[in-house]
Amino acid sequence: MSKYVLRFTALGYLAALLVVPVGMVFYRAFEKGFANAWEAVTTPPAQHAFYLTCVITLIAVPLNAIFGVVTAWVLARYDFRGKRVFDVLIDLPFAVSPVIVGLALILVWGRDGWFHMTNVIFSTPGMILATIFISLPFVVREVLPVLEEEGTDQEEAGSTLGARGWQVFWRITLPTIRWGLTYGIILATARSIGEFGAVAVVSGKISGRTETMTVFVEDRFQSLDLTGAYAAGVVLALLGITVLTLMTLLQRRHQRI
Amino acid sequence: MPVVLGGYSVAWLTLIVLIPLSAVVVRSLDDGLAEFWDAITAPQAQAAIRLTLVISAIVALIDAVMGTLIAWVLVRDEFPGKRFVNAVIDLPFALPTIVAGLVLLALYGPSGPIGINIAYTRVALLLALLFITLPFVVRAVQPVLMALERDVEEAAESLGAKPLTIFRRIILPALRPAMLAGVGLSFGRAVGEFGSVVLISGNLPYKTEVASVLVYGQIESDNTTGAAAVSVLLLAVSFAVLMGISFIARRGHVQ
Repeated sequence: MSKYVLRFTALGYLAALLVVPVGMVFYRAFEKGFANAWEAVTTPPAQHAFYLTCVITLIAVPLNAIFGVVTAWVLARYDFRGKRVFDVLIDLPFAVSPVIVGLALILVWGRDGWFHMTNVIFSTPGMILATIFISLPFVVREVLPVLEEEGTDQEEAGSTLGARGWQVFWRITLPTIRWGLTYGIILATARSIGEFGAVAVVSGKISGRTETMTVFVEDRFQSLDLTGAYAAGVVLALLGITVLTLMTLLQRRHQRI
Repeated sequence: MPVVLGGYSVAWLTLIVLIPLSAVVVRSLDDGLAEFWDAITAPQAQAAIRLTLVISAIVALIDAVMGTLIAWVLVRDEFPGKRFVNAVIDLPFALPTIVAGLVLLALYGPSGPIGINIAYTRVALLLALLFITLPFVVRAVQPVLMALERDVEEAAESLGAKPLTIFRRIILPALRPAMLAGVGLSFGRAVGEFGSVVLISGNLPYKTEVASVLVYGQIESDNTTGAAAVSVLLLAVSFAVLMGISFIARRGHVQ
């Protein structure tokens, strides 16, 4: 008896909070026909927003992947003073509100900021910096445990047998961390595509110029173009669901190995 | 080689994260401590900060109960479609926050199909925050529950303990550190959340304006010093809570 009460409480909560609302957004987007929804997400500003999100993600994620692998390797293999502090500081982007991230970047990269730059804030470089900031820890956090668990035996064997540093990395380290790295990259990509607050603050929200997909959704909503907002929301939701599926598949793979 | 790579890591983190965050702290004190104090004690700021903290605490509490319950059902119960339900839990992490707000508005908004309209109320705020923080407690508790040996429970049962007693005396103490860790993450996330609340809350000062939205408004109106002051306070609160939780969790481990 109590088993069923628990089960239906849990499933009811999930349905009311997650499943039904997400289904509803799909319904609302296509309420006035597929053609309308399609038109709403293929206008020039929508296309530009999609393009900008892709550009920003394609720059931010590889940079974070490189930082993530290097940092995880340094943290796993070497001891140095201040290592614990450094380790904690990497997680800062998870703890800081996106709006504060935007503010921080304006204060440093804005026209009146510390670096006196005129072309960073309210344009693409600023949005890239914001995206790098908020997705920084993902790859480190996925790769570091793998490196720690794997130890150094294989790498040492490799170098004893005469492999150079780069050969050890390409032939031994990289294959070892490939699933953790992939997982981290997927998470960072999802976060980069979905980031709103930090990007909105530094973008200035100029339609057709500095709007990413998420900022475009808000813009459509505020201009009372609900079909546009829901349709663009569906595109983002589909991207999110794709990421979720990839994550689930990868996790299963992880567990099998 | 390690020195070069380590140097690169530290330099990148400093440039991307540390320098900008220190700029916020420096800016908040630009006009002196008195101005800082004025900025965080202004009535509108006070209302927003209080609302943020209270609602985040409520969200964390509900997450603790519902998250543990969901984790329990996912680990101890068997039903068709369980794998799907398990995957759905991560949806809030995969969905952009702005879409999360939109999604709730589609069902519970002004022209929703069920005749409930909670848009621009504190209930909407609560719902949005519950949505985006849902996975934290579930994902923290689930592995611990899976690893829990059942023999102690069985022993207690054979000695005549009631299910509720078993839960309170045996299961709950084992789950507590994980629950606290999840709750800490939920709370921290709720305090800083912006994207999901910006559409659904209406951002009415004194009523539904949370701290992150207040900061956003201050940035828009070029009051970066005030924005920085409130930001520093928010950062301090999140850190204090995270530190406190990690302290309690660590003590739990030792026991």
